[in-house]
Amino acid sequence: MSLKYPANPAAAQAELDAHAVEMVKWHFSPETGTPFWLDWAKKNFDPRTEVKCFADIITKFPHFQDEWLRDLQPEVWVPAAFKGQPFNIFETGGTTGMPKQRIGWNDYKVDYSEFAEKISDEHFPRDHYWLMMGPTGPRRLRLAIEHLANVRGCACYFIDLDPRFVKKVISNKQFDVARAYMDHVVDQAVMLLKNRKISGLFTTPKLLEALAEKVNIHEAGIRGVFCGGTTMTPQYVRFIVEEVLEGKIGFYPTYGNTLMGLAASVPIKPEDNFSITYYSPQPRAVLRVVKPNQTDTLVNHDEWGRVELTTLTKEFFMPRFLERDEALRRSARAPYQWDGVGDVRPFGAMEKNIVEGVY
Amino acid sequence: MSLPHIPVLRLGRSYESLDKVNIANCRNGEIIAQVSTVNAGILRKDLQKVAGARASLKKFTVAQLLEITSKAADLFLTATLPLGDKGHTQSPDDFVKTLSSTSGLPHVMVRRNMTRIHAAMSNMKTVLNGLTRGMDLSILDRGFGQTGGTAVSFYPNTQALGLVMPSNSPAVNSLWLPSIALKTPVILKPGREEPWTPYRLMQAFIAAGCPAEAFGFYPTDHEGAGEILRSCGRALIFGDKATTAQYANNPSINVHGPGYSKVLIGEDEIERWPEFIDLIAESISANGGRSCLCASAVVVPKYGAEIADALAKKIGPYAPTAPDDETAVLSGFANAKMADYIDGAIDADLKMPGATEATAKYRNGPRKTVVDGGIYLRPTIVQCESFAHPLANREFLFAYASVVECPQSEMLGKIGYSLVTTAITKDEAWISQLLECRHIDRLNVGPISTMKISWDQPHEGNMFEFLYKRRSFERA
Repeated sequence: MSLKYPANPAAAQAELDAHAVEMVKWHFSPETGTPFWLDWAKKNFDPRTEVKCFADIITKFPHFQDEWLRDLQPEVWVPAAFKGQPFNIFETGGTTGMPKQRIGWNDYKVDYSEFAEKISDEHFPRDHYWLMMGPTGPRRLRLAIEHLANVRGCACYFIDLDPRFVKKVISNKQFDVARAYMDHVVDQAVMLLKNRKISGLFTTPKLLEALAEKVNIHEAGIRGVFCGGTTMTPQYVRFIVEEVLEGKIGFYPTYGNTLMGLAASVPIKPEDNFSITYYSPQPRAVLRVVKPNQTDTLVNHDEWGRVELTTLTKEFFMPRFLERDEALRRSARAPYQWDGVGDVRPFGAMEKNIVEGVY
Repeated sequence: MSLPHIPVLRLGRSYESLDKVNIANCRNGEIIAQVSTVNAGILRKDLQKVAGARASLKKFTVAQLLEITSKAADLFLTATLPLGDKGHTQSPDDFVKTLSSTSGLPHVMVRRNMTRIHAAMSNMKTVLNGLTRGMDLSILDRGFGQTGGTAVSFYPNTQALGLVMPSNSPAVNSLWLPSIALKTPVILKPGREEPWTPYRLMQAFIAAGCPAEAFGFYPTDHEGAGEILRSCGRALIFGDKATTAQYANNPSINVHGPGYSKVLIGEDEIERWPEFIDLIAESISANGGRSCLCASAVVVPKYGAEIADALAKKIGPYAPTAPDDETAVLSGFANAKMADYIDGAIDADLKMPGATEATAKYRNGPRKTVVDGGIYLRPTIVQCESFAHPLANREFLFAYASVVECPQSEMLGKIGYSLVTTAITKDEAWISQLLECRHIDRLNVGPISTMKISWDQPHEGNMFEFLYKRRSFERA
């Protein structure tokens, strides 16, 4: 598979507009649509007649409410076209209370098959072995990483980490417990690295840092690392690249979650000063950076705003979901012909302490 | 010219981080410098290399390092030294003005702190003599030797001394200065508003010939501070009661919290109380009342109201002045919220029965005052009927003290921990009890200011015993 990107922003917009119309038609048509959205249309309006482009989704739909993913049973999200096909249930959140759940069939494979073309053979040799050290459990990531490895002819070892437990003990100021748990997780990775041939690593930045303190990961055979799931300031990225990976290992930061999929970052150029920008897998998902108090308005490029996600696949339609993240709105950069999100951090990070645990 | 930038010092290597904090003039908000900050991971990385830092000091004898310390003392006090990595320099006058502008200390107090630090460094041989009880210091070069006719051998407890510094008073830096002569590198997190003193001291040491590898200067966050305390084999932390309490039982960490220093007057001397008012007032208000050595309670068997009134009459009228006023006696607050909190806490507790503020009538205005953009709390004396009152045994970051009446026979049971206690008495039986009191770190018997320290006696722990341990040793 070879990735094809729109040639210019206009082409990307045209592709997005056509895709948006198609997805709205899919989810709001009785023969293919989703019970939740069909019911919603009865109470509101028929988007099939109103949505002519992506911008119409922004102007005509309210923000998607995360309570809908917590409170409703999964079957309301099954499109008619998928009826009868067993599905995966993926979760996000859940440190306290009911987690958000998204069901799916093949979306994660599409996302990660595409991402498989964005990592180099030098850093992630084909037909080799990977290690994932991070949240598995009910998360989409577990299957996604294994699929990604498999697509590249690799098999993957897994070490689980329960982020809900970590966040809980940190919130309770049980730092010794958190440290002991992190050691427990990292020790398992050290054991695997010492006894198995592994070249690719997926983990969180904190775990990567802890692992590198216990073992020289380059000497252990790691050639590529991709990280996701947490804030990485430019200085922190620099620390990872220069001091943890010592400039010898490929580094691929990613931004994503169960609701969106995976936004890849563009390779860092010297002029970026280690600031990471992520680009959503458009047209399947669209990230916008909006004014926090006026969420129908984009912030200017290189200004901070709240991240808004719209997911547009046949499996899942989620308009204008306000993420708990803020970011800099970044301009398009090749090969991506749409806006990116830079220096993502928890929404309100400058005003309050956010428990991120070992993410 | 660009703003000065203070880099991280990574054991001899200057490092400019992408994360920087602005240091502002606390009186007018003007940004006067930027300081690079780093995450705990960088500290962990560097701490893996700290053996090299210690090796750089081990090349020198203690005598040579004492010489360097003495030279560094003069450079600290008089020289123009590098300030950061953008070509700026800092004269002693620049240092005084800069530190004053970010800490709120008036110039005269900054200079007094400089002199105090200079004295600590110049007298380092005397300091080490006191800490080692007169031991031949070349024993530390060889690792073993004879002292007082006895074979001795010492080994280091740690490769580096960790320091989590406060912002309140520059002179606290004198506590870590023996570390260099004792061949122990320092890994230091400066206080948020006070990078100046430790940075200048390090520059003075380096200019005097000390290897730069011996110095780690790490402006960092809470996690980084925790890493210093956890990973250096020995560390000092300064902070409030809540901060220091969590390390109270950790023998690797020397905790420097509130001093709760006190002046006690015995029954035998209480009739002479007016003679001691100047001494007590100085103990309360020296250095703007910011030091842990400053008295925060005056405990007397009687005349509580009269003594509180006399102290209030003496220091209550103290008012803010221009920072460069040579007669300045009050220090401003770098952190306005801190001043608000303290002012509010005192007012709230004064509403509880059993305490009266003696200073209010002499102050002619509110406790919290803003002058030329500087925020000040004016001296406050509170007379408490007993130790049960919440204001009786409190310490605040300004000239504050309670005056509490208590029978002499009950004093030692009620005063609690005290970094310095001055007991004005000639009663030998009571002096004997005072000498055995475990709550008192430093004991002054007689009319001696709580601010007085002796270079040949340990202050807040014995740094030599903290950094070195004695072992049995035989050599065939």
